[in-house]
Parts: sequence; C-alpha cells; structure tokens
Amino acid sequence: MTVTNSQDNHALTSLASAMANGEVVTIDLTHTLDPDFPVIILPPEFGQCARFRMEEISAYDHRGPAWKWHNFSCCEHTGTHFDAPIHWISGRDLPNNSVDEIPVERFIGAACVIDCSEGAARDDDFELTPEVIEAWEADHGRIPPDCWVLMRTDWSKRSGAAYLNMRDDGAHSPGPSPEGIRLLVEQRDIRGFGVETVGTDAGQGQHYTPPFPAHYTLHGNNKYGLQCLNNLDLLPPVGAVIIATPLKIKNGTGSPLRVLALVPRSHAV
Amino acid sequence: MTTPISPPARKNPQKRTRVPVVPPDTRSRAALGLSVAAARGRFMLQVCTECSAIQYPPRDACSSCLSVDLEWQVVSNRGRLVAETVIRTSTHVYFRERTPWRVGTVQLDCGPSMICHVHGDCESQGNVRMINRLDKSGHGVLFALPEKEIPAMEDDPQLRELTCSPKFRRILITDARSESGQALARAFSTADAALVFAGEAESWRHWPERDSLKEIDNVELVPLDVSDTQSVEELCGEIGGKVDILVNNARFVRPGGVMDGGDLVFAQQEMEVNCLGLMRLAQAFGPVMRGRGADGVNSATAWVNILSIYAYCNLPQFGVYSASSAAAHSLSQCLRSEMRTGGVRVMNVYTGPTEDEWHQPLPPPKVTASKLASAVVEGLQDGLEEVYVGDLAKDLIDRWSAEPKLLELEMTRQGGG
Amino acid sequence: MRRPTGFRTAYDGVVLAAPVTVPYQRFSKESAHHWIARALRGSLTAARISPTELDGFSVASFTLFPDTAVGLTQHLGLAPRWLDHIPTGGASGITALRRAARAVQAGDVDVVACVAGDTNHIDSFRRLLPSFSRFAQDASWPYGSGGPNTSFGLLTDHYMHAFGATREDFGRLCVSQRSNALRNPHAIMKEPLTMAQYLSARLISDPIALYDCVMPVAGAEAFLVLRETDAVAQGLPFACIRSTIERHNAFAADPVQMRGGWAVDVDELYGMAQAAPTDVDLVQTYDDYPVITMMQIEDLGFCEKGEAPAFVRQRDLTIDGDFPHNTSGGQLSAGQAGAAGGYLGLVEAIRQVTGMAGPTQVADAKLALVSGFGMINYDRGVCSGAVMISGGSS
Repeated sequence: MTVTNSQDNHALTSLASAMANGEVVTIDLTHTLDPDFPVIILPPEFGQCARFRMEEISAYDHRGPAWKWHNFSCCEHTGTHFDAPIHWISGRDLPNNSVDEIPVERFIGAACVIDCSEGAARDDDFELTPEVIEAWEADHGRIPPDCWVLMRTDWSKRSGAAYLNMRDDGAHSPGPSPEGIRLLVEQRDIRGFGVETVGTDAGQGQHYTPPFPAHYTLHGNNKYGLQCLNNLDLLPPVGAVIIATPLKIKNGTGSPLRVLALVPRSHAV
Repeated sequence: MTTPISPPARKNPQKRTRVPVVPPDTRSRAALGLSVAAARGRFMLQVCTECSAIQYPPRDACSSCLSVDLEWQVVSNRGRLVAETVIRTSTHVYFRERTPWRVGTVQLDCGPSMICHVHGDCESQGNVRMINRLDKSGHGVLFALPEKEIPAMEDDPQLRELTCSPKFRRILITDARSESGQALARAFSTADAALVFAGEAESWRHWPERDSLKEIDNVELVPLDVSDTQSVEELCGEIGGKVDILVNNARFVRPGGVMDGGDLVFAQQEMEVNCLGLMRLAQAFGPVMRGRGADGVNSATAWVNILSIYAYCNLPQFGVYSASSAAAHSLSQCLRSEMRTGGVRVMNVYTGPTEDEWHQPLPPPKVTASKLASAVVEGLQDGLEEVYVGDLAKDLIDRWSAEPKLLELEMTRQGGG
Repeated sequence: MRRPTGFRTAYDGVVLAAPVTVPYQRFSKESAHHWIARALRGSLTAARISPTELDGFSVASFTLFPDTAVGLTQHLGLAPRWLDHIPTGGASGITALRRAARAVQAGDVDVVACVAGDTNHIDSFRRLLPSFSRFAQDASWPYGSGGPNTSFGLLTDHYMHAFGATREDFGRLCVSQRSNALRNPHAIMKEPLTMAQYLSARLISDPIALYDCVMPVAGAEAFLVLRETDAVAQGLPFACIRSTIERHNAFAADPVQMRGGWAVDVDELYGMAQAAPTDVDLVQTYDDYPVITMMQIEDLGFCEKGEAPAFVRQRDLTIDGDFPHNTSGGQLSAGQAGAAGGYLGLVEAIRQVTGMAGPTQVADAKLALVSGFGMINYDRGVCSGAVMISGGSS
C-alpha cells in the first residue's frame, strides 16, 4: 500500500484551487495555427517547411450530415512549435532525443523571461550576448539550472512581411550570439530556449561560427527549443511555469503544440 | 462600320443574370475535324489524297472519286460572298436571343461553297477572308471577314461571340509573384482589360517586383494561394462574380526525376500546386464563371492554364514536374467538358522551358515571360483552345502528333528533347 | 453511257385513282400514324378495297419515327407483297408514283396505296430541324438555326442579285395562290392577301418575309396506283401517266442553287408525253418558297433561266387565268403537312384532270404538269421530279 505524501497532495490541490480562484493565471503563449502564419524560408534548392493547410471533409452536409471535420497538414516546425534535439545534426545520436522519447516531466518547468524588446525595437538583428544575460541576472538573480529561458523581443506583435523581415541578404530578426547561447547551455545548464521569432537563431544566424549556433549548441547538448511564441510580454521575468507538450510523433523532430504559462496573478503583467 | 463596344455599365444588382445557352453542339465525327482545327485557329478542310478535290461539308468519302482517304489540310481562305440573309427569328434559343444574325454563302477561291456567319462589315457580293473559330458550344464554325482590316472589327457582336477578348473584361492572374505573372499583368493592361486582379501568395515573404506591379494601370493585388483551400474560397467569395477571365499561371517547378530525388517533398508540392491548385480554383471559381457565360459585354469567357509542353511527353530532367503538368492537362480536359454548358472556353497554353532560374542551365530556345504573356492574350483574342508557345513547344507537339511513342524514345533514350 | 431517244417505256395500262386529302389542322396531338390511317382509309373506301386485300403500300412521312412503312404494316393490319418507304420529302408523290407504276405494270403488285402524312406538335418543327440530315447538323444548323427559311433566304438573295428579281415578283405568286386557296374549303389560310400586305410583312430571314413561308400543319394525302382495267371495273375515275422524270443532287457545282434537276431531263419529260409546254392546262409546282416556283417555271420549259419573274408578270396564275398554277393554293396557302406537301400538287392534279376538283376546278383541264422538290440536305434541295398526267377520257 502506497503511503500518500500529504504535502504533494496539498501542492497539487492548492494549485488546482489557485487556478480556479484566479490566484494563478493561465496565459496562452501560442499563435493560432492558420494557413497565413509565416514559416521559415530556406534556400530554394532545399526542402521547405510545409505551410499549415486544412481540407474540410464535411460540414453537416452531404459529405457527412451530422458532423464537421477537417484533415490538416503541416511540417513539424510550423507555427508555434517545439524543436527536439534530433532536429539538428549535432544532436542526432543523443539518447531520448526525439519527441516521443523525451521524458514527459521535461515538458513542464519554470521559465525565466529576458526582456530584449527595447533592443529589438532599435535593431532588427539584436543579439542576446553574455553581457545582456549578465545584466538581466544582476536584476533578477542567476538563472537556475534546468530552467527554460525565453527571449522576449515583442516580435510576435509583428505581422505580414515584417515578421520574417526578409531582405535581399536573408532574414533580419533577433537571436542569441554563439557566446550567449553557449553561456546559457554550458554555464547555466538551461532546459531549453524559447523565442518569439520563427527560429531560435537570429535571422542572420547562418553567418556565425558555428552557423546556427542556437540549434547547434542547444540540440548538441540535448536541450530543446520553442519558436513562434506569443504573449511573452505578459510574463514576469521569473516565476512563470510553462507547459509545452509536443505531439508524440514516432521519431519526430518537433511538432506544433500549445504552450501555456502559469503565472501568479500578482506577477502577471 | 462596326460600332466599337463601350465599357459596360455597372451590373444592375436587382436584375437576374441571363443563363447561358450554347449554339447547336452536335457534329458527326468527320465534322469534328473542323473543331479540332478551330481549337488551334486554323482554316482547314478535307482534301482528297488521291484526286486533290477539296470537300465541304466534312464527309467520309470524296465527292469526286469516292476515295475514303481524306486528309485535313490548311487551304486558302479567300472567297466571295455570293448570297446572304439576316435571320430575324430562330427556333434555337441561342440565336433567338441574338437576332438579327447575319449568315451567308461564301464561294471559296479554291472551290467549295459554304454557309457561314458573316461579319457586319462584309460587302454584299464582295470578297471576304474566312476564319475558322470555336463558337460557344466549343465547335468550329466558319466566319467571313471583310477582305481588309477595319477599325474596331473585333467588336462585331457575332465575332465577339467567337473570341474571348480581354477588352473591357476583368482578369484574375493567380500568381503575381512570378515573372509570368508580372508580364501577364502588363499584357492584359495593354489589351484594354478593365481590371486585373493579381493573386499574391505569402505576403509575409517579400518580393522585389511588388511595387512596380502595383503601379501598372488597373492592376490590383489580392491575396491568393492556390495550395490553400481557404485562401481560394475566400478570394472567390469576394471577387468570384467579377472574374471574366482566369489565368492560372501558378506553378511549382523543380528539376528532378522519379528515383534521384530521394524523397517526395518537392513532388508533393508540384502536385499540390500544379494539379490540385487547378482543382481548387476550379471548384471555387468554376461554377460562378460557368453561370456568367452570357452575362453581357463582360461575360465570363475563358479559363487559361499555363502548362508545360512536357505534359505530352515526359522530360526526365524535370520528370516529376512533367508528370504534374500532365495531370493538370488531363484535369483541364475534364474542366473543359464541365464548362461547356456555360460557353466558357478552357484554353491551355503549352510552353517549352521558360527563361527563368529553374530552367537556367537548359540550352535555348527558351520562352521569355513577355512572349508567354503575348501568346496568352493573342490566344484569347482568337478564342483558341490550344496554344503552343515557342519553337520547342511547336516542334514537340508536331512530333507527338506524328507518333507519340517515337517522341518518347527521342526524349528518353536519345539524350533529351 | 448515252441513252437512245425513245428509250423510256410508256406507262401503258397503269393509272392513278382515288385521290384523298385529309383536311389539315394547325396543331394535332395525334401521331403521324393517325393521319396516314385516315388518308389510307379514304382511298381504300373510294376504291372499295379492304385493308387486308391491299397488296401494295408506299409511305412518306417525317414524323413517323421510330416507325417506317414496315411498322405501319403491323400497326394498320396490312399484309402487302410490295412495300416502299419514300424519303424524298417534297418530291415524294412523284417518287412514289414512279416506283409503284412500274411494279403494277410488271405485275408484281395489283394496287399500291401511296400515302404521305405528318402530324404537327407544338415542337415538331423545332425538333425536326437539327437532326434533319448529317450535313444540316454539321454545316447549316450551327449557323443561325434558321432552318429552311435561312437556306431559302440565301437562295432568294442570290436569285435576286443574279436575275434582278424583285419582291413584287415573288409577291405575285403568293397573291395569286392565295386567291386560288380562297376557293379551297380545306386551305389553312382563309383571308385574302394583297400585294401591299405581302410587301409589308414581317421579315423572317431577309429577304424572306412571313408570306414567303409555308405554315407547317398536320395532315395527309393519298392516291392509288392500279391497272387501268381494275379502275374501270371498279368504276373509278382515273388519270393516265404520260411521263415522269426524277433527278437528285443535280448541278452540285453551282455554288448556290439556281436550277434544279428538272433542267437535266425536261426534254425527256415532254418527249415521253409527246407534248409541249403550251399543251399544259395547269401546273402544280412545289412551292415551299416562291423562289423555287420561279426555278421550276424556268427549268420545266416555260421560259429561259432568269425569266420567270417576267413570265409571272405577264401571265395570270389564278384558276381562271391563262396559266392556272397551284390551283388549291399550294403549300403557301393550303399549308404544308410535312411529307404530304410532296403529294398535295399531285393529288389536286388527279382531281383536276378527272373533273373532280369541285370549287377549284380549272375548266377543261386535260393535261397537268406536277413538279416535286425536296430535302434541303444542307444548302439546297437535293431531290427533284416531275410528272405529266392526263384525264382518263383523253
């Protein structure tokens, strides 16, 4: 007979009632999956990320009189989505590196939110450098181990062509420098890195060494990524717990998902 | 003199739209030869291979020597209008709605005499030039034109029924982003189209020609992605009743064959855009266009597909693209039959490799975007069903018509077409 | 192959009798079978022959589908040993006569009932036109679908340009025929027609206007072909056949039709009858449109090509005139009952030469010329024929 740990019970029931009475607020960090949401663009010779598409099967009509449903299609990396370590070459051989094998407790965890919105407003190519990180820690304390780090840029408020922000030499959007992401992964041992842009790397990330340092470093160290997040401006710098559960796709490299944040009402913005 | 048509007034929203009726649409097999020739804009008659007698009406045996070896050939189209009449009343609804209708007997210089439709400017007992064009039932009919060009000739109401003129009509070009889209927008604007809707997919992805396209007279950008059912349905809901000519130039091209690609991702895109894109557009825009086939001066008149000439015979270098174009070609034949009751022409423009990035390593001759656009506009002005653009496409269809298997051998075993 | 003159066998011993017209009706819900049955019965009753005794049957009809003469034998309870189905439309009376007369002469059959009849439903005309012939389907119907009105509009336009004919010239034919029709109690048209009315009529297919067109009706006509000895035994008035001609698709190289097959064989028509045009007491032309009557007047030897308008201006075409023509009003005034239009002139002529025409009787009518024309296969009438008949007493 298992002895129930009354303290654990108490934490969960407290959470449930706190959510019910509004002491804990649920914030949706997810963009709506729809056909017009931008996806990452690669050089045309490479395979591309499929856009989100829906085909109606029936709508209470001759194709199905009492029901409505759709087939949909997309890439694993369409819309608000999760990157698993198997997505990148540097993580190809690591244990439990696909979405179906990541231990499920890894999908729920605390998050630190680093506000780079002013810098991103000034500079499309704003970099999250060790200096920016350490400046944040000076205000909010050292980033704890196994924590999600979310880079707030308010980029999710952009729409249309301004979101990918493509120019003749490619996309221009904020992201971590190689040193910045190495600091987070190697020194702070974060669980994963989340951004509001279409990729964990900066728009010009291919020009770093290594190219795409966020993907390379995160996934090479069995860490995760979250992209196309929304509403990061509603989160406190510390204290949020995020829930990010990708679909259990066999050998999946990622999936579109619902990302939620639980935030104490007093800390909600 | 032909009275030039005026830009039509705005449609009265309280009036019922006239339902299309098509002219008589039954022909014997021999007579269908005239429709085949008209689909390509050619004036052809049967010629006896044994005694050279030219036959009309189309038949199964020579009226001079009884030989059954009759061959359709291009013949001289000059003649004289030897009799004429103006039909004031008809038992057939199509003509009943369009009286007075001028009909005549022309004796061709090369021999036969033929009953034909007659242009309003032809002089009684005078010399004429004959053309063979598709009427609204999709069959070849003979039409007498004045000997010399006359201003506003194309506006003769009987001739306009045989063409899909862009003049004063509203066009939808499905892919504005491509070079062909831009050239088409320019060409239609120049051809007196009232309005050109240019479909723009993925506006979240910048393209450099966007501003210059918007500056062309009468061009409006509208959101359209032929791979997105919602996008197609929404645009149709907005402008479907205003599309008189739809030009589907959207395509996804990649080099590669069946085995060498390694995956199906590009193949899926090619089928999705080139084949299913056509189907999406047809499901949305087809019914409303078909219903507006007789809706006044700016009636719905044509659906244009830009296809690869390799729809006829696979070019292994672009093997999957060829197959996707073949699928679209077959679907377009189905669409053509479905559009018939509305009198809406389905015109396929087959082109060889175009002058663009994906065909960059191929040798000339290649088809420039402006040449493609001209071919589309001219094909519509003649009301054609099949247009072959560029020397390569013309050569290929000639070989295919002679013996398709031989062409396949040339293209797949002799190192390319 | 050159034929010797005097080659044709005379129609000795075979005669025409029992002419019957079933009064026409503008529209009928009945079938062609109904109308044919009535005409057949009329002729058989006049000759006191029962249907089971009839051993020869010839039929012409446009609205009999899906039946032909074959279906009618079972439908009407006939068991003939000689059967014919005539497809020559407006020339069907003459064609039927030619076929039947030789069979009777040769002894293959005793009595042939020749019948033509058609119904006219509201949509009969419209339905008949597109499938009239292959060439009509392929090469004339798609051009305005004006039917024969358009084909003859073209012919009339061409004739007017070629020979300077005016609408008044054609009007004279229509006006004189209407005058004759007023003496025919069964004519569909009952009102007089003036030249002013003719000229101001609504255009149908320029230059053809309303009074240039026949009115399609339902109706039927019939006569018997039998041995002279049998006609005498039955006490039947009869007409003798003096000559016949027939020709199809003549002058095919003429770009527009301006002459018919009669012009090829007209000498044989008069030669066989041992008569001249001046001997003819009355003429029944096939008058689906006035321009064709003009051509028949020319091609049957009454004047040169192109001179019929002048001829018509100079002569009086009424029953009491110097050139009695279409004495029952012709189709233009009596109505066109489909294939029976190809019988109308012949049946009326049989009455005329046997003195049985009643109100339309031409005085002293001995020799009649009847002409047939028909089947606008594409742009011209393909079939033509003519017959000269005289009264039994002459």
